[in-house]
Amino acid sequence: MSSNSSINLKEQFLNGIIKENTIFKLALSLCPSIAVTNNLKNGIFMGLAVLFVQVMVNLTISLLRKVIHPKVRLPIFMLVISGWVTVTQLMMAAFVPDVYAKVGLYIALIVAFASILARAEMFASKNSMLPSMADGLGMGVGFLFALTVISFFRELVGRGSLTVPTGLATQHVFTFVNTKPLLIMVLPAGGFLAVGILMAFFNWIDTRYMKKTAHASH
Amino acid sequence: MEPVKKEHELLVSVSPHIKSEESTSRIMWTVSISLLPATLMGVYFFGMKALFVLALSIISALASEYIFQKALNRKIMVGDGSAFLTGLLLGMNLPASVPFYIPIIGSFVAVVITKQLFGGLGFNVFNPALIGRAFLLISFPKLMTIWTVPVSALTQLDAKTTATPLGILKEEGVAKLMEVFGNKMSLYQHLLSGNRAGSLGETSAIALLIGGLFLLYKRYITWHIPLSFLATSAVIAWIFGAKGEFFAGDPIVHLISGGMLLGAFFMATDYVTCPSVKNGQILFGVGCGFLTMLIRLKGGFPEGVMFAILIMNCFAPIIDRSFKSKVFGAVKQDKAKETRK
Repeated sequence: MSSNSSINLKEQFLNGIIKENTIFKLALSLCPSIAVTNNLKNGIFMGLAVLFVQVMVNLTISLLRKVIHPKVRLPIFMLVISGWVTVTQLMMAAFVPDVYAKVGLYIALIVAFASILARAEMFASKNSMLPSMADGLGMGVGFLFALTVISFFRELVGRGSLTVPTGLATQHVFTFVNTKPLLIMVLPAGGFLAVGILMAFFNWIDTRYMKKTAHASH
Repeated sequence: MEPVKKEHELLVSVSPHIKSEESTSRIMWTVSISLLPATLMGVYFFGMKALFVLALSIISALASEYIFQKALNRKIMVGDGSAFLTGLLLGMNLPASVPFYIPIIGSFVAVVITKQLFGGLGFNVFNPALIGRAFLLISFPKLMTIWTVPVSALTQLDAKTTATPLGILKEEGVAKLMEVFGNKMSLYQHLLSGNRAGSLGETSAIALLIGGLFLLYKRYITWHIPLSFLATSAVIAWIFGAKGEFFAGDPIVHLISGGMLLGAFFMATDYVTCPSVKNGQILFGVGCGFLTMLIRLKGGFPEGVMFAILIMNCFAPIIDRSFKSKVFGAVKQDKAKETRK
């Protein structure tokens, strides 16, 4: 693994946020992005949980990569992932019980996230500690960003309010409209609509940006 | 030389040829005209507010189609009448009392999200006008179910709110319905003429029947979907319509109330979203009728035509595939094997 030094940490970090954003680019892990994002606070905490699990899994796998036998690597990855998910679950149940009551089911589902296993298999098991952590951090921050944007959009349009967490147990609800403006946006159907609209929006920005850089290089 | 029109390109077939004057826009405008009687009755019974809602939903449907096609550099097809028809059908499916932004949001969802995002006319999976209405009903459940008493002779008074006949039937039963309308004949009379609460274009059964029969006469639609839709609903209403006993329901009330006729003649028969094979169309109609009556009799909503048609829209492609016509002279695969043995 001598090629590690050629991996640019910053680029690896940005890769997960922009080029390979789990939700907007790879369209993976859509289940939580629709189930828990009808409220900004839930979206943020779900994103933080995924960020934590992704970084810790990448770190653990890259440290253990030399002792894991290739034939049994997938069960071991799963074991590591479920171990960290359990840690996250217990921590959330202890420190943010009200959020855990709502998103707890989906925290357990992080075990089955394609994106986490994919990063462990494709990146962390082949690279050393620092690049793996940068990769996990990028992927996790990208996921957190996506969930924040989706839940911001859905809560604002669907309820006319924003629930902003001000601490672990405290929150502040900003109410803009007292009636529910577009109720469908906080229902599951609205989740699909929101993800679709935002995906199209980020793709549009992407194509414009690509055009500009193409022009600049000529 | 005359420039070649788009629809005349790619014309390859065996002679002799009969040239037809039919085109998409001609069909769309004819269907719109066939909706005219029902529209006029709606405006007559619900006053200027109804006209306002209709105009707003048509204009915003045309505007969203134009703006979207312009923004994406697609060919501007506003003139083909499909956006006009979508706007008209959506407007006819709204209560006359809705505030101004409801038809605008509905038309936008119908034209842009349901039709254009899927690739434009011919590629949409669901009926645009119905998705527009479903979106509105789920988003604004209160505003979309405020039904006003018809105000005749175009007077503009503050309209009283009431329940639709189907709403009364669902909540309070047949006895209450008879109490409100007097007797059975008077109830039928109100339902046929359209002098009752409901969406502004769905109330007048006679006007809708005239439009539907006109379309049948012009052969723009065939009898398969409307007849199987209505017959299934009538049979189910007759068998299960009355509470506590079988074969005592009143099928006529169910057929001429709610959006049944509007749905059966004008919504379920949308070329794009219904099966194109005739046997499949019958199954499609039976499914629509069954789901409508299931929702009306057992579901949470008093009216189920919209959801029934939308659910059956999902099945249209698979119905088409399973009712594919046999190739003439072809032998079935397993039979061919048998003969080889």
